[in-house]
Amino acid sequence: MGKTIAEKIFAAHLRDEPFAGTRVLSLDRVLCHEITTPVAIADLVWREKDRVFDRNKIKAVIDHVTPSKDSKTALQAKILRDWARRHEIPDFFDIGHNGVCHALFPEKGFIRPGFTVIMGDSHTCTHGAFGAFAAGVGTTDLEVGILKGVCAFREPATIRININGSLPQGVVAKDVILHVIGQLGVNGATDRILEFRGPVVDAMSMEARMTLCNMAIEAGGTCGVCMPDMTTVDYLWPFIEEEFGTKEAALADYSMWVSDADASYDRVLDFDVSNLAPQVTFDFKPDRVKPVTEMVGTRIDQVYIGTCTNGRIEDLREAAAVLKGKKVASSVRGIVSPATPKIFSDALAEGIIQIFMDAGFCVTNPTCGACLGMSNGVLAEGEACASTSNRNFNGRMGKGGMVHLMSPATAAACAITGVITDARTL
Amino acid sequence: MSSKKIFGGSAIVLDRADINTDEIIPAKYLTEVTKEALTPYILEDLKLDGFDPKGEKLKNAGVVVTRANFGCGSSREHAPWVFEVNGVHTVIAESYARIFRQNMFNCGMLAIELPKADIDQIIALDAEGVIDISVDVAGQKITAAVGDKSLDFSFEVSPFDKALVAAGGWVEFADARY
Repeated sequence: MGKTIAEKIFAAHLRDEPFAGTRVLSLDRVLCHEITTPVAIADLVWREKDRVFDRNKIKAVIDHVTPSKDSKTALQAKILRDWARRHEIPDFFDIGHNGVCHALFPEKGFIRPGFTVIMGDSHTCTHGAFGAFAAGVGTTDLEVGILKGVCAFREPATIRININGSLPQGVVAKDVILHVIGQLGVNGATDRILEFRGPVVDAMSMEARMTLCNMAIEAGGTCGVCMPDMTTVDYLWPFIEEEFGTKEAALADYSMWVSDADASYDRVLDFDVSNLAPQVTFDFKPDRVKPVTEMVGTRIDQVYIGTCTNGRIEDLREAAAVLKGKKVASSVRGIVSPATPKIFSDALAEGIIQIFMDAGFCVTNPTCGACLGMSNGVLAEGEACASTSNRNFNGRMGKGGMVHLMSPATAAACAITGVITDARTL
Repeated sequence: MSSKKIFGGSAIVLDRADINTDEIIPAKYLTEVTKEALTPYILEDLKLDGFDPKGEKLKNAGVVVTRANFGCGSSREHAPWVFEVNGVHTVIAESYARIFRQNMFNCGMLAIELPKADIDQIIALDAEGVIDISVDVAGQKITAAVGDKSLDFSFEVSPFDKALVAAGGWVEFADARY
């Protein structure tokens, strides 16, 4: 019997099996940000165990509220900053270099096929796009990860999601994953890994694969995962050239992780996306999804383009293509937040930032900010936001606010008209 | 992150599926760096008819009884912590989101899963008065009682989760073993 990619990664990292069904894995990456890490740091200090298992495997960033908005967030940042300095963690990203963790860490080449990755952040599943096992955890798991370099998981069961057909013009990875979540439901993949396969995924860029994997958690999934291939190698090449010499050698090495043809799956689901329309959420759960055509005309007060789901350069290009030469409706506040300094800089060089500014968007520094209602675009009671983020929970972007999740192109179209709009009709 | 906990007590019923961690503790309070500071904000944004986050029933509760996929969404351990600092060390639900469930056991607290039919019976009791729940972790049994009426249920808990509860949490378990 063959193995899935998750089974291969688990087998290669198995450190202990304290009880049947419990796998304690050794970790290649423990990622940290300033919201969930400070309590772990404080607890380690209190226990007189203020140590790190491997400072080169720990990466840290201040991203959720940056620059700090008040004394409390300044303290959180300071706790993380002081800890990173104390332990001489080489890869710590602060003001001027910081960005949204799930965009920044892949961009730095930190995530490789076959890796095990945890972070105190549910969207850690994003990193599965590289053929890694990457899971969001709580602060206690993070604390043990920092101290011991291990984390416990149940035996992996995988749902294989085949994305077949070909994507129509104007329909992108965000629409695919919203559609999949709509079919699976918000707990359809609990304790499962979502393995994204098929010709549509094979043709996707790393950015698009990250968008897919980012939202695995919205169906309850432990991790999303894509097979490492030449697209993965191309993305990582600046970081792995020295190690492998040729791309073919890198691909040959990474191919060992690819799921075997005779691997067994918990379920296999087939989706044909050839006739898929852009997707938009309604209500307060990410599985409440409709084609944009059924939502057209719904009022929008704010448009938010950014986040770990859709704040990458491709996403900004896609939105800018819709916005070019147009203006944001007078009833709408447009906010764009490039997810990392590199993305911001590339967008400047490509003229994308100018397009956003000419349209009347506010351009913010890279931060998680408004996605979870912490800063930089919190909604007022009764307001609605067209957002490229990943959660539309009640109150998520501000108490009494409504969030409609959608692709960057659809969000840009909403900005122009002030109502939910099918970008293909503009 | 924890010490040994008291399980059971009077129950508050949250009769809705898919209650997410943003509802349990809104993100704007994640700027706190101690668990205790979270205390007043428990379930502040819960969307549930008739529920009062400042009510006596929640204040007196030691147990939450709820439906499927409890604790979905964000990985924030602030969700179990806000229960912990409010004296709720036991949650009984039809099912959980993975991270929330693990966070509960990692803190040495109980996230007990019961079939829907059992949850239906407990929730039906709620109409008759305040439910008192006693939990026998070793025997994997729960008793839910109102006045002289009481119902017994058995539950499954994995050996690993049981070990976490016995150790007082994952930090204690891992520190002793790795």
